[in-house]
Amino acid sequence: MSAGASPGIKRRDFLRYSSFGLALSSGGITVLAAAKTAAPANSLNPYVMIHDDGRIVIAAPNPDVGQGVNTALPMIVAEELDADWQDVEVILAPIDASRYGAQFAGGSLSVRNRWDELRQMGAAAREMLLRSAAQQWGVPRVELTTQPSKVLHTPSGRTASFAELVAAATEQPVPADGEVVLKARADYRLLGQRVVNAAAADIVRGRPIFGIDVSVPDMVYATYVKCPQVGGVPKTANLDEVKALPGILDAFIIAGNAGPPSFDLRKSIHVAGGVAIVALNTWAAIKARRSLQVDWDTSAASTDDSRAIEATALSAAGRPTGERDVKRLGDPDSAFAKSSSIVSGVYATDFVSHAQLEPQSCVAHATSTEVEVWTSSQTPGFAQSTLAKLFELPAEAIAVHQIRGGGGFGRRLSNEYVREAAVISKHMGKPVKLQWMREDDMAFDFYRSPAYFGLQAALSETGELTGWRNHVVSVSSDGEEANYGAGYRGYNFPDDVVPNVHISQTMVASKTPTGAWRAPISNVYAFAEQSFLHELAEAAGKDHRDFLMAALGADKWFKPDDLASLNTVRARKVIAAVTQAAGWGRALPKGRGLGLGFFFSHAGHVAEVAEVSVNADRQVTVHEVWVAADLGQIVNLSGAENQFQGSIVDGVSALADQRISIRSGAIEQTNFHQYPLLRLPQSPKINVEFLASDYPPSGAGEPALPPVAPAICNAVFNACGERIRSLPISRAGFKVV
Amino acid sequence: MQININGKAHDLSGADPDMPLLWALRDLLGLVGAKYGCGVAQCGACTVWLDDIPVRSCQLPLGAITGREVTTIEGLAGDALHPVQEAWIAHDVAQCGYCQAGQIMSAAALLKRNPNPSLEAIEGAMAGNICRCGTYTRIVDAIQTASTRLQGLSFYEVGQEVAERQTDGGVSV
Repeated sequence: MSAGASPGIKRRDFLRYSSFGLALSSGGITVLAAAKTAAPANSLNPYVMIHDDGRIVIAAPNPDVGQGVNTALPMIVAEELDADWQDVEVILAPIDASRYGAQFAGGSLSVRNRWDELRQMGAAAREMLLRSAAQQWGVPRVELTTQPSKVLHTPSGRTASFAELVAAATEQPVPADGEVVLKARADYRLLGQRVVNAAAADIVRGRPIFGIDVSVPDMVYATYVKCPQVGGVPKTANLDEVKALPGILDAFIIAGNAGPPSFDLRKSIHVAGGVAIVALNTWAAIKARRSLQVDWDTSAASTDDSRAIEATALSAAGRPTGERDVKRLGDPDSAFAKSSSIVSGVYATDFVSHAQLEPQSCVAHATSTEVEVWTSSQTPGFAQSTLAKLFELPAEAIAVHQIRGGGGFGRRLSNEYVREAAVISKHMGKPVKLQWMREDDMAFDFYRSPAYFGLQAALSETGELTGWRNHVVSVSSDGEEANYGAGYRGYNFPDDVVPNVHISQTMVASKTPTGAWRAPISNVYAFAEQSFLHELAEAAGKDHRDFLMAALGADKWFKPDDLASLNTVRARKVIAAVTQAAGWGRALPKGRGLGLGFFFSHAGHVAEVAEVSVNADRQVTVHEVWVAADLGQIVNLSGAENQFQGSIVDGVSALADQRISIRSGAIEQTNFHQYPLLRLPQSPKINVEFLASDYPPSGAGEPALPPVAPAICNAVFNACGERIRSLPISRAGFKVV
Repeated sequence: MQININGKAHDLSGADPDMPLLWALRDLLGLVGAKYGCGVAQCGACTVWLDDIPVRSCQLPLGAITGREVTTIEGLAGDALHPVQEAWIAHDVAQCGYCQAGQIMSAAALLKRNPNPSLEAIEGAMAGNICRCGTYTRIVDAIQTASTRLQGLSFYEVGQEVAERQTDGGVSV
């Protein structure tokens, strides 16, 4: 038995694929080019390389953690290149800002940010192939066109495959942006179709494609034990005892930085203090943890108590206005004074953990002059820059390889585990695989922030919404700035639509680290605002859909040509479509209800209707969910639909019973038995409809999540008459079955 | 300690008998298809077969399975894919894909003992496998397709059915 040398992925391969990438679609890990810096042969630009045997290699620039961009982004290139998708091999691009710009997975931005660039890349490569053919055949360029993966001269019927033309095409000058004509939408062959995930064949075979699967020669295995009270650092530990255990190579203290970690992705070089145990294999390290005893210094650690935070916040949110003004539009005070009725509601959400299924892991090899890491980070560029800063090395001395991640949801935006792995490796003088246990992942997350909203609305005699107050109560570590995800979201509906608006804010102290959790900020605002709008419709005696349509106000695109701004025309269309699909207004048996939610985020207009039933034991069955969305053009229909189906499941999962509680600065939940994820029998039937739209495409990973909670809670109200104002709904005794 | 994995005998005499099968597969044998998700048999990402029964390998010490027959995702099919794997591709089930080897092992075990499972039987057999990305709808569809296929329909015919189903709710462009 040789525990250190796994027959998995060979280090040589990983070193080499930094040159161009790693094949996903053909037989597992494949090395595609040898030289570390030179462009591979037959390469038309950083995204397109065509092999002599006809394979068309397209580089996927951004990390894929399950959101499907390793399929969607290459599809955009393939469309304009006019490549036959059957010929396409997708590879993961190296992390190299000079060729690929900002390579990150976040904000549902991959497709939106890359759309113009990747179309241009595909079209420019196609043009080079066409010009090369024109030259070889002595015919005018205008007489040439393409069919999938080949150039065609219609007058003579002559054809040549891209593979036959590519060598000469690489000699052609690269066309400028204005020199090529992009395809009209009617001419698309690939975009909008259902295309299977480029990694599907590797996934179903269990091939080594995830961060946890990386293995390099001489690699040793590490676990890292941190203070349960977040921000504590080790004073002493029984290291000699641990080092004497079987399979243990070393155990040592890393002093690290005191205090809670920072979610400043660009700047943070925080390494939490802890004890590293390094072993011949993962199990030996896990077993040794049981014998480890650490004396912690908790003088700078968090002392948070989530129950106390909540009590303070709820008490504050009960007041209609807060310590500071955030926004005033119109004359809210007189609107409220003149209103015929005022409706109030306090809404609250708890801390939530990401619980991506693959716990954090990283393979790192750090020496005094170089650092090399293999990571499923959502921000590999920041991994590189913060490692350079931490080790005081030039950026060129840091090599970061992107590896597929087993789920992200925002958890892999921060790179603290990458830094931990590198620090441990440097101490060992060897490559190290750091494996976080699930318990580590749950205890040391950047959680979705809790949020508290004191909402108040003024209604006119005829039931119109004339005034809106939101007293946002935010957790804050310094009393000045809201912690990440706890602040004011700052845009469009209802705040900028209702004629008289007053937004105010109060801070409540908390040191527990928070970060971006799928559709950050939007997810909690959607629950509060869209549930409260239903309350208002009830108070006004109006149908929820009609009330919502009216509350959206005039037809307006808030910042014309900015896809990230609300367009009330698109909003009304998705609400109309989803209510029609769900049979809004139909008669339902007792105990059953339909509920509606709408939200605009991540450039996506999304409306959802949920059908639920509630029984006498407060068991909630989510039978069916309908979604209608306008995301602009759809790139990969199967991928976008999958993201939407997953967002619904994620939304139900989070609202059902997901809750992180904190006592004396330490997280109380340790694993899935205390933090349940939705299971297959609880999963609803889901109907997804993307509306016809000519706008450029926007991302599909996040915008379907925010409407889920209000749609379901509104349905619960319609089923049983009980208003849910706090998430998860298990807090009110409801159970999703 | 001799353990038979995917039809091949492995001598793990030097290993700690407490070591869960999951870590032996991953760290000692380089079979990384089974995944670590929770370590406490809650998520199912580590599912393998022990004598054709799906089990959570994170909770199965090596010392307890000497002489037993283990099948992992790597050994589920030969050169050709298992019908469940084919159906998983046809339905484009995976998002991140991390749980899917475990899902496929549970699904293939179900169809082995019950080639024509009801929806309730599928729900019962798959309840131990979490998909954090939420691909449950497609998992059910893929199991039903694989079931149909195992009962004699050609993959082409199944594919037609799938295509028809998909055009029902597609893009209204």
